[in-house]
Amino acid sequence: MSVELVGYACFFLTMALTYAIMCLGLNVQWGQTGLFNVGVAGFVAIGAYVSALLTTPDAANRLGGFDLPMPLGWLGGALAAGFVSFLVGALTIRLRADYLAIATFGVAVTVQLIALNAEPVTGGPFGIGFIPRPFASLAGDPLLFNLLNLAVLGVVVILLYLALERLVRSPWGRVLRAIREDEQAARALGKNATKFRLQAFAIGGGIMGLAGAAQAHFIGFIAPDNYMPMLTFQVWAMLIVGGSGNNRGAILGAVLVWAIWAGSAGLVADLFPAGQQARAASLQIVMIGVALCAILLLRPRGILGEERVVSRHLGKFVRTRPIAASESSKHANS
Amino acid sequence: MNPQALMDGLITGAMIGLGAIGVTLTYSILRFANFAHGEFLSWGAYFALAVASALGAMSSALLAPIGPFSFGWALPIAAVVAVVLTGGLALLVDALLFGRLRDRKSTVIIMVMASFGAALTLRSLLEFIATSKPAYYTQALQIALPLGGGLRATPDQLLSLAVSAVLVVAVHQLLTRTAIGRSMRAVSENPQLAGVVGIEVRHVIRVVWLLGAALACVAGISAGLLVQIRPQMGLDLLLPLFAAAILGGIGSVPGAMLAGLIVGLAEAFAVQLIGAEWRAAIAFAILVLVLLLRPQGLFGRPE
Repeated sequence: MSVELVGYACFFLTMALTYAIMCLGLNVQWGQTGLFNVGVAGFVAIGAYVSALLTTPDAANRLGGFDLPMPLGWLGGALAAGFVSFLVGALTIRLRADYLAIATFGVAVTVQLIALNAEPVTGGPFGIGFIPRPFASLAGDPLLFNLLNLAVLGVVVILLYLALERLVRSPWGRVLRAIREDEQAARALGKNATKFRLQAFAIGGGIMGLAGAAQAHFIGFIAPDNYMPMLTFQVWAMLIVGGSGNNRGAILGAVLVWAIWAGSAGLVADLFPAGQQARAASLQIVMIGVALCAILLLRPRGILGEERVVSRHLGKFVRTRPIAASESSKHANS
Repeated sequence: MNPQALMDGLITGAMIGLGAIGVTLTYSILRFANFAHGEFLSWGAYFALAVASALGAMSSALLAPIGPFSFGWALPIAAVVAVVLTGGLALLVDALLFGRLRDRKSTVIIMVMASFGAALTLRSLLEFIATSKPAYYTQALQIALPLGGGLRATPDQLLSLAVSAVLVVAVHQLLTRTAIGRSMRAVSENPQLAGVVGIEVRHVIRVVWLLGAALACVAGISAGLLVQIRPQMGLDLLLPLFAAAILGGIGSVPGAMLAGLIVGLAEAFAVQLIGAEWRAAIAFAILVLVLLLRPQGLFGRPE
């Protein structure tokens, strides 16, 4: 019994960590830079499909698989998603802020369509199976297997967290914040706002692709249904709950919202008769939607909120100052 | 190429155009891309379905087809009620969500995000109430009449084209010839200045929501009448709506309608070449082309 429980806890946490990676990617785009991406699911799907194509064994009925080692698949997935983000960003970032949102929504719809219809590449509605899983040779021992999978994702999340924290505190990260808070001032200092935004958008998209690849290899099977607009919405809810602009908040939000989601799914399964479950599942989505709107209205900072000061050099001087004043001005200019 | 694509394109295009007018008005006057606009189409269609079924249950005379059309008096009456109800829904969402965010001077992008949340909530709520099974206003079959030149259309399709044409002209007159239309254009130019010269900005915003929701409701009813009613119908039309609003130029009503027809025709002709399963990608391709070549749209002003 307790072994099963540990196994389930591992499975749950591993899933939550794949969402945490998506959340970290979204945090680079939205939290640090203020770029609104409504197509998270599309970028995650690109990463998942590219990695699956690169690493699965040769299949007769579709392109590939190329049977490459798993890390190459993850890298390929991340690069592909990053490249598509770069293209979308190059097209829209210089235009009005919400054109980017509309364009990313279009990317998600189109990626979904390609996954569904380009059968020779993506396997169509049946998706791609037999995606190699890390430590597959140990699958005979479920506990060890689950623990090792969790460890892999844990390491990925920690490395990513450390890298992003470093990036946020670097001159590059400070420029991003400067642009978000006051673009004209940043430009007066000679910073090319469009270029910095584009870099952040591509990096964030690449991280989402990595998350998609990691998730695909953890589950071992992907299909177009996994990448519905719902996924975008979940990731947004995670980031907003945890606190956008805060990498620890992104991870915390992912685990918390995933726990609520999994818990309410269990509740729906217990409370409703089999015939009504699909119907009741839409109530779950209503709940997340209301929660997102409520947080936007009531506590826009999320649980952890954004770290106001990221520069090591300024720390002593600024931290003592009340931050309420800058808080209210933040949302007025970006 | 099959000339029938021309007729199909015009009919879909008229629906997209009606929806796009609402998007373009909210966009230019409230200043954000409303991702929840598609849900007004679906809710409008379902409101009409509920009212029409209730009327039909009360008196079966209301279900007897009017002249050449497939539906009885229940549907037009229900449509009027549904327009009012959809307008009420839009005002409710504004009062609960967008209005509060506006009062707080939230940024554009927070509004966009809130509209994204509202869209998912409204859609899933509809799915919960009505289930995702497709529904129909009428089970009657209609024979398409030959119109000459190899074109065919059912009376229902011709009616929906005519209604769209009348509505576009009416909205255009409203915006260009009436006092409220002038106020709306003033708010879209500069809300602060409009307030200073005594325009009641809150009233203008209410009118924008009512107008956008009413047009969305009519578009939803005609989509439901000509195709089918599903909770996902608004989501499926959202990308074409945005593509049309941007192609027409944000704020331009004739532009939105013309661009809606262009998107509809492009979809109809492209589907002949590449297959119906790729329909949804056409709107995206148009969107990318517009953003690349003429980001201000056909009738928009460069920023």
